[in-house]
Order: sequence, then structure tokens, then C-alpha cells
Amino acid sequence: MVKFLLDEFEPAQLSNLLGQEVAIAGEGVSRALIVTPEQLIATMEALVTKLGFDYLGDLTSVDRGAEGLEVVYHLYSLTNQREIRVKAKVDAETATVPTVTTIWPGADWFEREVYDLMGISFAGHPNMTRLLLPEDFEGHPLRKSYKLQKRV
Amino acid sequence: MEIEKGIERLNDQQVEEFVQKNIILTSLDAVFNWARGRSLWPLSSGLACCAIEMMATGASRFDMARFGYEVFRPSPRQADVVIVAGTLTWKMAPAMKRVYEQMAEPKWVIAMGACACTGGPFNESYAVVPGVDKILPVDVYIPGCPPRPEALLDGMLKLKEKIQDPSKARVKHG
Repeated sequence: MVKFLLDEFEPAQLSNLLGQEVAIAGEGVSRALIVTPEQLIATMEALVTKLGFDYLGDLTSVDRGAEGLEVVYHLYSLTNQREIRVKAKVDAETATVPTVTTIWPGADWFEREVYDLMGISFAGHPNMTRLLLPEDFEGHPLRKSYKLQKRV
Repeated sequence: MEIEKGIERLNDQQVEEFVQKNIILTSLDAVFNWARGRSLWPLSSGLACCAIEMMATGASRFDMARFGYEVFRPSPRQADVVIVAGTLTWKMAPAMKRVYEQMAEPKWVIAMGACACTGGPFNESYAVVPGVDKILPVDVYIPGCPPRPEALLDGMLKLKEKIQDPSKARVKHG
């Protein structure tokens, strides 16, 4: 049975361990570690080296409208049987977070999918191009602001 | 030798009857179309769930081979008809068009299922072609989501009718 890491640590304890001032949001199993894009890489590296989160299960994104965008990382530790969710908050205008392909190479296509559909760029990604939509597609359709084009 | 003996005994009127019963005068086109319609070679291309029904149509229970349409070709250069079986996305559209253009003339297109006909439930989507007739000249539309194998067989037979008598499919004006 995979345990939820946030059940075992107090927020202050976790901030101390990760060396970052991190917040925890949400209720029950939907709790997540909230970080800024600047904190992201340091937090992720600490999670890998100190807590053994060696597997990136999923990487998605959410458009919260006025509250900006979120990149969501689902991490697992195959060695410790733990899971945790990390959310990086970013505003819709900048929409750039650093890539985690340097930590988990499997993030490559996840990040391209998020870029394609949500328009969040990942700084340092080796090939930041569209994954699912045609290359000449205009816009990012999962943004709340995206308007369907009139058909000819 | 017996036939020769028989002919010797026929009078002129009987010879005339014999000729009318056994010799068909027609155009080469009509003969070709007659043959084409009975031996269509479909391209084995599937895009979505409709392809599963297309496979079922080819398998033993429905047995497309009864009509002479069982020779699914993996190469467009050997195929006569492309059955667009499923949802065509704009990303896939150039590939589909290229495959169609690689087929040798004469060639036909069957739009199988709601997605291929109009885009189906994805009609309003940013990613889906709202009907393959936006990029290919469709001969037969088969509705359904997905159409049952009987419907595909009926579509193939409708295509046969069209090939054998093109005037049937001609749009009447006035």
C-alpha cells in the first residue's frame, strides 16, 4: 500500500527538510505541496535525494482562471512506497516554469503536451514543440481564454 | 465435334437465337466496371473504433469475402477503395490525404461512421476534421456510431451499384 507522504510530516518539518518555505493546500488525499517556479527545481531535487521520489508518475496542468495556472507533478517513491503531489503556480502572462527533464527524463513528452494544450513553456526543455496538435495550430485550446475558431 | 454437328442442323433463325443468348455486345468500360464493382480491394486503414467493426466485417461471422471484398491491402498502391473508419483529426489529415493520393485510379472513398461523415460528437472540436469530405471526395456515407458490419457491407454494395451504373449516383438537375 502506497502511503501519502503529507500524512507523515508537519508542514514546518517538511519545509525544514526540503530547505524551502513550502505551503500545503487542499484537503485529504487532494493535498499538495505548493511551490513557486523559482523554488521548483530545488524542491524537486530535495524530494529526490532526501525522500527518494525516483518516479514521476504524471505531469499535468490546470487553468484556475483569475488565480493563474498550475503545473501539477505526481511523484512516487518506488523504494519507499510513498506518493506526493506538487503544484507549481504561475501566472497566465509569464506561463514559464523550469523543466524537470533534467531530474526525470520521462517528463519530456508530458511537458510538451502541457505546452501544446495549455501554453506553459518549460525553460531548458530540449525540444519545446507541439506534441499532439498540428504544427501550424494557433493558440492553446485548454486555456479558459481559448475561443473556438469559426469554421469556414 | 458434337457441337459442330449441332450447328449444322440449326436453321438461320436458330442461329440468330444462339448468338443472342451466348454473345454479349457491350462497351469495354461496362465490362471493366462490372468486374471492378465485384472485386474491390480495400485499404487496411483504421482511425478509431469503427476500424474494429471493419475488422469484424472482414472476419468469419460477417465474411466480406462473400462479396469479393476481403482482399485488404496494406499498401495504398494496391488498393481500390479507402474506408475512412473513424475520427480524422487535423493532425492525421495530411497523412490520410497522402495515402489517398498514392492510390492508383480508379479509386473510391467510403466514409464510415458519424465521425468520418460529419465529425460526429467531435464536430465542434478544434482538433477534428468535421467530415472527411473536407479533404477527400467521398462516394458512400455510412451513418452509425459505429455502424454495424451489416451497414458496412450495405455501403460496399451501394458502392458496387454506383461503380457498375454511374448514372445511379448522378445528381439530377431541374
